[in-house]
Amino acid sequence: MDLQEFLRMGGYAGYVWSGYGLTALVLVWNWWAARRNEAEQLVSAQRRNAD
Amino acid sequence: MWLWLHKLGSPPHAYRLLGSMAPWFGWPALVLILVGTYWGLVEAPRDYQQGDAFRLLYVHAPSAWMSMFIYVVMAVAAGIGMIWRIKLAHAAAAACAPIGASFTFLALATGSIWGKPMWGTWWVWDARLTSELILLFLYLGYMALRSSFDDPQRADRASAVLAIVGVINVPIIHYSVEWWTTLHQPASVTKLDKPSIALEMLYPLFIMMIGFQLYFGWAISRRLRGEILRRERNAKWLKESR
Repeated sequence: MDLQEFLRMGGYAGYVWSGYGLTALVLVWNWWAARRNEAEQLVSAQRRNAD
Repeated sequence: MWLWLHKLGSPPHAYRLLGSMAPWFGWPALVLILVGTYWGLVEAPRDYQQGDAFRLLYVHAPSAWMSMFIYVVMAVAAGIGMIWRIKLAHAAAAACAPIGASFTFLALATGSIWGKPMWGTWWVWDARLTSELILLFLYLGYMALRSSFDDPQRADRASAVLAIVGVINVPIIHYSVEWWTTLHQPASVTKLDKPSIALEMLYPLFIMMIGFQLYFGWAISRRLRGEILRRERNAKWLKESR
């Protein structure tokens, strides 16, 4: 399959790729935010318990 | 049975269980979403009317489905928390909100990106789009309401009422395409008779749906662990488990 043709998405490249890009962004954000939230809570719980 | 349920509802046990469950959701989710994306972008045949723009289906439909599914989970958890006064259920509801809001945003954004080339407009104030936008506001309102209380128990109760009342919006979103005239197409997969979509287009959609579902399983496990830590920061078990 032709890569150029694939990237062109039959003339809808801007729409298709921005839609998939946005999806990747939201999935990665969720992954990052959930991990960060958990890590932050763990640190603050440990700090409290250290007192 | 009851002993098991009781154990499940105890924060330290749930905390540990969620931690060991998360990777069992996360890795399969990653694999399925990658396979589904490849299949949807490369293998699935081009739509005879919409051309390659129809490939947005594989990110739009799963995120729209998740936006409603997560809301129902949130409302049920809030209801359980209200009726049986289970703190862990309230914590689960609170953990759902940011994930659900992000999927609702994604459903609206990908729908808008799809609408421009197909309908000629980014946005119309029709029943489907408007009710989905209301869903986003429900999530945001729920989170804002929670954060406006200092006392977690009052936050739980007040936000649970909002979550439960708001669930009425979910069937409205689903049936909006039948009840009102709208630009949005009616359901082609989630209906009782045969789906009106070619099988080779449907398989990648199923893979993406299951992938998104598992991804939510991973995300809620992580979020709920954070929520348990936040609520239990003074508890004895946290000190002991360090």
